[in-house]
Amino acid sequence: MSLNIIVLAKQVPDTRNVGKDAMKEDGTINRAALPAIFNPEDLNALEQALRIKDENPGSKVTLLTMGLPRASEIIREAIFRGADAGIVLTDRALGGADTLATSYSLAQAVKKFGNYDIILGGRQAIDGDTAQVGPQIAEKLGIPQVTYAEEILGIKDGKVTVRRRLEHGVETVVAPLPCVVTVNGSAADCRPRNARRLMKYKYAVSPSEKSKLSAEDQAFVDARPYLNIEEWSAAYVDADPEQIGLAGSPTKVKAIENVVFTAKESRRLDNDDQQIEDLIKELITNHTIG
Amino acid sequence: MAEQNNLIVYCEYDEGKVADVSLELLTKGRVLADRLGVKLEAVVVGDKLEGIEKQIFPYGVDTVYKVEDKRLFPYTSNPHASVLINLFKEIKPQICLMGATCIGRDLGPRVSSCLHSGLTADCTSLEIGDHKDPKTGKEYTDLLYQIRPAFGGNIVATIVNPDCRPQMATVREGVMKKEIRDENYKGEVVNLDPSKYVKDEDFVVEIIDRHIEKSKVNIKGAPIVVAGGYGVGSKENFQLLFDLANTLGGEVGASRAAVDAGFIEHDRQIGQTGVTVRPKLYIACGISGQIQHIAGMQESSIIISINNDPDAPINAIADYVITGNMEDVVPKLIKYYKKNSK
Repeated sequence: MSLNIIVLAKQVPDTRNVGKDAMKEDGTINRAALPAIFNPEDLNALEQALRIKDENPGSKVTLLTMGLPRASEIIREAIFRGADAGIVLTDRALGGADTLATSYSLAQAVKKFGNYDIILGGRQAIDGDTAQVGPQIAEKLGIPQVTYAEEILGIKDGKVTVRRRLEHGVETVVAPLPCVVTVNGSAADCRPRNARRLMKYKYAVSPSEKSKLSAEDQAFVDARPYLNIEEWSAAYVDADPEQIGLAGSPTKVKAIENVVFTAKESRRLDNDDQQIEDLIKELITNHTIG
Repeated sequence: MAEQNNLIVYCEYDEGKVADVSLELLTKGRVLADRLGVKLEAVVVGDKLEGIEKQIFPYGVDTVYKVEDKRLFPYTSNPHASVLINLFKEIKPQICLMGATCIGRDLGPRVSSCLHSGLTADCTSLEIGDHKDPKTGKEYTDLLYQIRPAFGGNIVATIVNPDCRPQMATVREGVMKKEIRDENYKGEVVNLDPSKYVKDEDFVVEIIDRHIEKSKVNIKGAPIVVAGGYGVGSKENFQLLFDLANTLGGEVGASRAAVDAGFIEHDRQIGQTGVTVRPKLYIACGISGQIQHIAGMQESSIIISINNDPDAPINAIADYVITGNMEDVVPKLIKYYKKNSK
């Protein structure tokens, strides 16, 4: 049975190993100091999608992302690893969206896409850690959700069997298709790029990228339809302007602070035997340890 | 039921016990409800709920809504979401709090999407305050300030939901304190007819197997926590921290950076997206001190920071700062503890 699989993915700033230069003097984020990466758990989701495709020949994996036009970078990455196609939902009007406006916009894109059997995505993105967009898309599409998936065990008779990793154990569930499955970081790592696919799709571009190419290169891409990454606008997916972007977001950011901790008067010690022994003695005397 | 605009907490329970995180939220919810001058309510959805209110009322709860049906336990997304959506349409709470657990983080978004109400995940602080919309100038009084680290913990954001209700937030276990208001507090039990709140079609996902594994690590209850960060450098170096923890009778924790780097398992992560701890001694080794980590340990009684960077942000909240490589300092701590303890 061939399946139509959508993988939701996000290009995120790499917030995991930020250095001191991540924040500017004025307390705003220095985005230039943070590389944009493929959200890690979305790669786990892509791997699960590719495994479904391996098991069900003829299946098609399409990556769907919302973001800046440069998010086409993660689509190319996904295609190099085995995805068949990708769509960037990009529009200035979508900017400033909270999770609800984001899930509405993506759900509209999924409806435009039409015929799908299963939607996979990472559990959460590392820039927000909310884990809300997956379940909210499921609700907007009126389909079931399975969160915290660690492995998709199989698809049979229009149902998917999923093993979930929860805080206090493991659960195996069966859900009817179509449904949304969000995948944990504890799932299998994504396969690496495939050299042949890399050669074939190296020049895959979105319309925004294509417009910057020479006439000759544009003709090269035009002659090869598989090199075209789709770009969709808010209007193209029939999004209600009242429900997208900042205007469509019920949550508002009231304040952002660069936190200053109430500094304690710390006692400073060096890596010196006597000083360390004195500290240990003090902690034993005041019953903190021992 | 009339509109009440109260504050409601979704209570999780298993094996006849209400989850700690729910009791913590009831404790916080009571304080917020007092501030707003409204009732504190709780909703429990599941099976075998007889007498469950006795665990809930002492936290100062005025109403416990019970929805009982054997198909409502164990938790599945759609049926629980339907119950809350239909109940909230009736009683119109102004605030709804849930644990940021695998259940709350699955349920909250689905409910908020349907009701088009804003939801903020993993809050570390909740307050009541006013708000003026910077664009329209419209003023709002007594909104819920949902405060959480954002952007990988590099900033702290205060989020408000000015126009949509309920204002929804999730909070992790251990972030709020659990405190009984009054052992004899008396509230009202409202038994709701499940058939009015959930449809047969909602039961679409079937649980075919369920293994409960109690977590092997208990850093939440440990009196001493030895935590390592990215600066520990390797899985092998973490062994030093286990040696120190074993010597002192403590547990090993870690920052998110150390977990992401694969030095140690996720169970031991301390911080906003991990566990919150309040030990009497916290020894931070090679941890720079991102907000998201500090949010989970700043209430420790005594904090020692071992870092080769004398300006590491965590040093600001430490009682003792030892400047040096943790590979050198940790063995000395072990050596002098063994020498001086009886």
